[in-house]
Amino acid sequence: MFPPLDSPQWNMPLRAFAWGMASVRSTILSAVLFVTYIGIGALAHDTYFSLVWALLATLLVWAGPSQIILISTLSSGVSIVQSAIAVTVSAIRLFPMVVAVLPMMRTPKTRRRDLVLVAHFTAVTLWVECYRFLPHVPRDRRIAFVHGLGSGLALIGLVATVIGYELAANLTQTFASAILLLTPLSFLFSTARNSKELADVLALGLGLAFYPLASLLDSGLDILISGVAAGTIAFLVHKWREGP
Amino acid sequence: MSDLLRNFVGDWHALVVLLLAGVIPNQIWRMLGLWLGGGLDEGSDLLMLVKAVATAILAGVIAEILVHPPGALASVPDALRYGALIVGFVAFSLTKRSIFAGVVSGEVVMLVGKWWLG
Repeated sequence: MFPPLDSPQWNMPLRAFAWGMASVRSTILSAVLFVTYIGIGALAHDTYFSLVWALLATLLVWAGPSQIILISTLSSGVSIVQSAIAVTVSAIRLFPMVVAVLPMMRTPKTRRRDLVLVAHFTAVTLWVECYRFLPHVPRDRRIAFVHGLGSGLALIGLVATVIGYELAANLTQTFASAILLLTPLSFLFSTARNSKELADVLALGLGLAFYPLASLLDSGLDILISGVAAGTIAFLVHKWREGP
Repeated sequence: MSDLLRNFVGDWHALVVLLLAGVIPNQIWRMLGLWLGGGLDEGSDLLMLVKAVATAILAGVIAEILVHPPGALASVPDALRYGALIVGFVAFSLTKRSIFAGVVSGEVVMLVGKWWLG
């Protein structure tokens, strides 16, 4: 798919950027992203947000479930503070993704500000694709490559947001619900595929099982409570299995 | 503001809400990862705990969309939403972890179920 790691074709950063952008064509997750953002555009339309609001959300928030939670809480009439808490809690997942992604492209010469845009682009899709693509990209071209990949994915998201927003009035309820079901399905399977250690598998399983229980508390922090409990148990079981 | 611009941009209040409840709550974690991530060893216990909690929170997000479905998804009966996820997971497991097989099977179950229920 790409030239060999030592090929002179990698010398130009702009070409690495272009290859990054072009690689959005070779992944099923681009299609999932496209359809997911059609759903988010349609949801924004149905809840009376403006198109510019929806586009800014896609560009600046850049995390599908966060946008779904943001729109559905705001339109359900809860306070801004409650909505902000719900989004903040669900976004904690981005922290370890950034922590895991950045070492893949850091070199001794890399400054922190070189990685700001990579951190911004980091979300489930980019996180999964970095593991797949970056081993085939020379280390000192990886930042340029990821800038291209992230820009390509963001472009897909923006175009899909517009399409979804404009189509919303014509979407049947069945089709709209099929689109919204895509997020839980694709997130579950892409996370399950990336879960190689026992701690990850347990965290995923227990996290799914604990949320319905935590939501009975109706505290506004349900996801945080179930997530910390399930994640800590998964970690402890993993340590215990490893032995002292 | 002219009416045309108002229709296009919406009111400024909504944009402030987007910043406070959408942009900052997400970017704070990314920038924290950027600032603190450099100091964390890839194999450290702390990073493993943070990863496990983050995976469990992601699982919570998945569960939340199924348990408290947004928008049109609320029109799909509970059992059908959960059934779609379970059948999708079985397909995913049987196909050497194909995301495509899992997603398509789950969607087909939901669509056929909805059609069958009328």
